[in-house]
Amino acid sequence: MKSKKMKLLAAQLIWLPLFFSCNSNKVDSSLELDTALIPVTKTMEAELTAPPFVPAPVGNRAAMTLKVNMEIIEKEGTMTDGVTYNYWTFGGTVPGSFIRTRVGDEVEFTLSNHPDNKLPHNIDLHAVTGPGGGATSSFVAPGHHKMFKFKTLQPGIYVYHCATAPVGMHIANGMYGLILVEPEGGLPKVDKEYYIMQGDFYTEGKYGEPGLQAFDMTKAVEERADYVVFNGHVGALTGDNAITAKVGETVRLYVGNGGPNLTSSFHVIGEIFDKVKIEGGSEENHDVQTTLIPAGGATIVEFKVEVPGTFILVDHAIFRAFNKGALAMLKVEGKDNLIVYSGMVQEGIYHPEGGTIQSMPGEGAQAAVVDNKTKAERIESGQQIYMNTCFACHQASGEGVPNAFPPLAKSDYLNADIKRAIGIVVHGKTGKITVNGKAYNSVMTRQTLTDVEVADVLTYVYNSWDNNGTEVTPAMVTEVKSAH
Amino acid sequence: MKTKHLILIILSTFTWLGLQAQTKMVFIKGGTFVPLYGTDSLPVKINDLYMDVYPVTNMQYLAFVKQHQKWQKNKVLRIFADQNYLMGWLNDTTLANNMNRMSPVTNISWYAAKAYCDCLDKRLPTVDEWEYVGMANDSIPDARLLKNYNTYILAWYEKPRSYKNTIGSTFKNYYGVYDMHGLVWEWTSDFNSILISGESRKDVDNDKNLFCGSGAVGANDLMDYAAFMRYALRGSLKANYAMRNLGFRCVSDVK
Repeated sequence: MKSKKMKLLAAQLIWLPLFFSCNSNKVDSSLELDTALIPVTKTMEAELTAPPFVPAPVGNRAAMTLKVNMEIIEKEGTMTDGVTYNYWTFGGTVPGSFIRTRVGDEVEFTLSNHPDNKLPHNIDLHAVTGPGGGATSSFVAPGHHKMFKFKTLQPGIYVYHCATAPVGMHIANGMYGLILVEPEGGLPKVDKEYYIMQGDFYTEGKYGEPGLQAFDMTKAVEERADYVVFNGHVGALTGDNAITAKVGETVRLYVGNGGPNLTSSFHVIGEIFDKVKIEGGSEENHDVQTTLIPAGGATIVEFKVEVPGTFILVDHAIFRAFNKGALAMLKVEGKDNLIVYSGMVQEGIYHPEGGTIQSMPGEGAQAAVVDNKTKAERIESGQQIYMNTCFACHQASGEGVPNAFPPLAKSDYLNADIKRAIGIVVHGKTGKITVNGKAYNSVMTRQTLTDVEVADVLTYVYNSWDNNGTEVTPAMVTEVKSAH
Repeated sequence: MKTKHLILIILSTFTWLGLQAQTKMVFIKGGTFVPLYGTDSLPVKINDLYMDVYPVTNMQYLAFVKQHQKWQKNKVLRIFADQNYLMGWLNDTTLANNMNRMSPVTNISWYAAKAYCDCLDKRLPTVDEWEYVGMANDSIPDARLLKNYNTYILAWYEKPRSYKNTIGSTFKNYYGVYDMHGLVWEWTSDFNSILISGESRKDVDNDKNLFCGSGAVGANDLMDYAAFMRYALRGSLKANYAMRNLGFRCVSDVK
């Protein structure tokens, strides 16, 4: 009897703010009050996933007590070919494991700091309403764990990160990830969901400098990033690691930006976002080309893929994409749709100013380097140069891009004339050429490589993908240069 | 039977004392310095003291617990040492086979470290004393402004499993003390005297020195970064915590 009365009273109390809100147009704030009152019944262990994957949607499930067990691991990993870095991670990956909840869940969060770790850490989840977002309650020494609880009050996609001194360094070393709070009933169903997070890295050596690279505090303070990458390292989502979809499917990307410093101009080349959750909030924008994701922020984008092909995801602050690693791939398989995209229909040459060749600053200053590499060493070093310099256009296996960039794999044009090949790397190339029976007409800029580097990268190319095995020496490069 | 026991006790006592005789100490000339933290960035005065040349080793600590049973792995009270205490030891009086006897002893609580030093009529260094000695490199007493000194320390923070290395494997500093940086973290008597809330951004209000390093660039800031991490680590500890990367050494006053 008594409890019935109480329930009635509670029901009235819940209605009260809604009633008032009819006049004030502030429905949202009353909803906030509501979510704190959502009851939980069962307890469940949360599924955590490594990027680029996300756990199963919440669907229609009721709010629950959700147990999240997250382990902090400091470990060495690959930044790009030949370059390693000491990452600090939530769950062993950068970004950290994806956490998926619904509004009203009561999260029981256990943060464990691996005994081999050197440093204390904690976690600040932007989905937490409370001091420090959990940071104060989760400060944990190596070999120990801390547990704290919070209730998810507002739906959205939220960043989490470490907030231990020095905060910037912990974030710069990879300590960030995303937590999704779905609304009651879950987000609308889509065909594919992926988890991508951008981050900037500051290393002692410049981009591509081989070996284990230490964190550089000075560069971090000055915001001079050496690497800007998706999912922790260069090539995390390219080639065989690319995310995939089929023509006609709707793709939803949860895209975060860990920073520590840079804002992302997130863009998918050849796609328009059908929907963007602006700054990860409840406001939805449509038909967007490029969306901003602030450091420590996230968004949800959705688009239907209409045509097959490789779609490149970039930070459209474009030097970051092509020179610092902020490039990922979405491979779409299926039937062409020539109405939506025809492919090339016509070609020709257009030279209003006489075919100028672009050049890059900083050439000329070439030190005389002693070079007595073996062919094998040359190939090894050449591969790194290739992945840094040539890969974006000529692709990982030298296959090129149809109609745009000619293949280097089993290339008749390449194998026919070594001096010509050296000349193209050294001086650039504009105009029509025919490679393996197909015509190409585009521009390759002259490359700012030393003679040794040109020799190495060409030796790598000539000794890969069924080419003729030529060893190019620095002397040959010098000869081609001086012939001009 | 009784005599046999007696002999054993006498023998082990001698071994214990004998081992301690090997623990060399060096004289540290006192002085003043401004620590990263401290009372209002005022110079702190350090009195003359003696400091152990090396951190306490597994072998030395083994001898200690043989003598003092209440500090053995399975006999220690939980309020004095958590479950990590002497983790990896085979039993109360045996190291694991893969443990280097000459490595610094780790997985030690503050209470245990303090008891060890007390037992030798020594004590744990204060944070300020430790930092004072720790700012020396191999040739000068205060190397905090040198870039390579700071990058050495920062690089160590990123190196895994250095606790397995032998004592004396890092550089000998200006005072003749080894392994202040590059081997293990070390307990200090007042490790929790500077409160870090765990929410380091909030601490900006508590003590602005904590964050002075993050604003500008230069060797000064690197210095803060290197020291910063030690203070953060200390702030995360409780006195009964035992950690794989945390050991200790003792000091004594000049009488």
